[in-house]
Amino acid sequence: MDSLDVRVNGTKVETSRKFERDPETVRDEDLREAIWELGREGEWIVQPVPEPYYLAPTKYGRLKKIPLEHTWHHKSCGQCGHIPGYSTSIFWLNRVLGYDYFDPRDQTSCTAWNYYASATSNQAAQAAVAMRNFSAAYETGYFPLIHCGTSFGHYKEVRHELVHDAKLRRQVRNIIEKLGRPFVMPEEIVHYSEWMYAVREELATRRQLDVSGITATVHPACHYYKLQTGDAIYDPEIYGGQRTAAVTGVVQALGANVADYSTWYDCCGFGFRHILVQRDFTRSFATLRKIEVMKQEANPDVVLTHDTGCVTSLDKSQFAAQAHGRNVGVPVMSESQFAALALGAHPFRVTQLHWHSVDYRLLLEKMGIDVDKAWSEFQSDVDKVKQGEMEYLTWEHVL
Amino acid sequence: MPSDRYTDVALEEKQRLFNEVKADARYESYLYGCYECGICVAACPSARFYDFSPRKITQTLAREDVELFYEQLNDDVWNCSQCFSCNRCPRQNSPGGLITIMREVAVKNGLRTTKEALAGYTRIIYKIMTTGTQVSPDMLQEDAFPDWGPQVKAVSENLDVWRRVLPPETLHTTGLSWQVEERTMHELYAIWKMTGCLDMIGELDEGLHDIMEEIMDDALEESGLVAE
Repeated sequence: MDSLDVRVNGTKVETSRKFERDPETVRDEDLREAIWELGREGEWIVQPVPEPYYLAPTKYGRLKKIPLEHTWHHKSCGQCGHIPGYSTSIFWLNRVLGYDYFDPRDQTSCTAWNYYASATSNQAAQAAVAMRNFSAAYETGYFPLIHCGTSFGHYKEVRHELVHDAKLRRQVRNIIEKLGRPFVMPEEIVHYSEWMYAVREELATRRQLDVSGITATVHPACHYYKLQTGDAIYDPEIYGGQRTAAVTGVVQALGANVADYSTWYDCCGFGFRHILVQRDFTRSFATLRKIEVMKQEANPDVVLTHDTGCVTSLDKSQFAAQAHGRNVGVPVMSESQFAALALGAHPFRVTQLHWHSVDYRLLLEKMGIDVDKAWSEFQSDVDKVKQGEMEYLTWEHVL
Repeated sequence: MPSDRYTDVALEEKQRLFNEVKADARYESYLYGCYECGICVAACPSARFYDFSPRKITQTLAREDVELFYEQLNDDVWNCSQCFSCNRCPRQNSPGGLITIMREVAVKNGLRTTKEALAGYTRIIYKIMTTGTQVSPDMLQEDAFPDWGPQVKAVSENLDVWRRVLPPETLHTTGLSWQVEERTMHELYAIWKMTGCLDMIGELDEGLHDIMEEIMDDALEESGLVAE
């Protein structure tokens, strides 16, 4: 079979074909006007994106408002539970940039991991969980910023269903009112990696480490851009506008190299149910279709992605594959962790890399970080906590 | 295509389950028709590792082949990764979305094959439904994740102190992903009850249902939340 006449080297598409955004081919409608219209009809309260905001280009050309601050951080259960340096890095970057944010306790998981794993829920319940969280955000005056790619994609699906299905909307509104809460739809549903994209130039100006010698491969998270596809960031300057610019735009702004590989569209193998109880599938897919291909075609120093499940699958799956002598062994983290490191964050106090499986020492050394010194500093914190000299590590310790 | 499996199940029962799938409000927007182009299969991770095809499932539903539908409801749907790579469909079908609906129907009707597929997963259902967070730090145990390497053991051995050396105050937890307010959890219980989700668990695992119902009823009584 002849190869396609579109070659990609890094993020430069080598083709004379120009990608034109054509409104006629839009698969997913722009729901914004419908959301405001439903607001005017009293169906719900629309929470506007607070100023200042950044206007980011999406797949079919509409500009999406990305709030820079006054954000309500809708945390991810997988990030906070098993890779806590992911969320910590997002918070740390907000603090470094001086942006006001809120880290709520009145927040549940979107519960979509469970829904996609076991289906032990239904359309109304999933929508009610989403709207309860949106309501909680609204009541604080802060605007939701979604940390998890699955939460983001799922909430976009929920929004689509609520806009189009009046019966469902009434059912869910009735539930939310019984909880004594207002029924609120945010003007935009925003993923943290979109916020990262919006502040990429600010991040670049605060970079502490030279990362120009680092080559990264990017795994775009399925639920970020395959659900409600029109509402994801696409930048004409990155991959010719034919793939999402989330993650890649940030990594390039920081000065690192992004290398391409042929299986970029493949999922990570997470599988929701599979990662927990049928990991033979996850391990095989994550290593054979992703990590090994990246190694063979791009030999990256690090794999960067923007979702909970992807970091978990791509990182944790490599240990067993190594035992079989496979060509694996690349550290995996979120772009928030990578950006935090580039801005001088402590690799263990902030990015918490000791929760990750694949050896990250080589990468850190290449970035100019003294790993032994950093680990010794972290151990000193641990000792202080153990000895009762310090109750917790606080933000004051890491800023 | 006639199926030679599950011949002991009456056609009427298969039709009833098919009708339940078709009655879902999302069904119409997930299924428009199928070119049999196979793009969904090419993009599907599960198709690479299992005898599984999102195209076949979409075709079966479009043709309303209830015999084959019932076979897929039992033997295929739990192989799906729910990544929605198949949403690439040029007809704008969502095979993954159709499978979500089929799974829901399978759970609601307590199919034996569904119980088998979710065996070992019920502790996760308990965690998410009772705490509001899906995975907790204390679930990282060596015996549960032996294939993830020695780092899992390091986490579990140092869990208490490692959670305390996290700067965000909300992450100083071991049994939950973050600190969730009690009232927040109770509101979640009310949602599960009002939407029939707790009843679904009764079909899947009666013991789990009874435990959770007791927890939720006590909490709702204490908080005064109405869940009807």
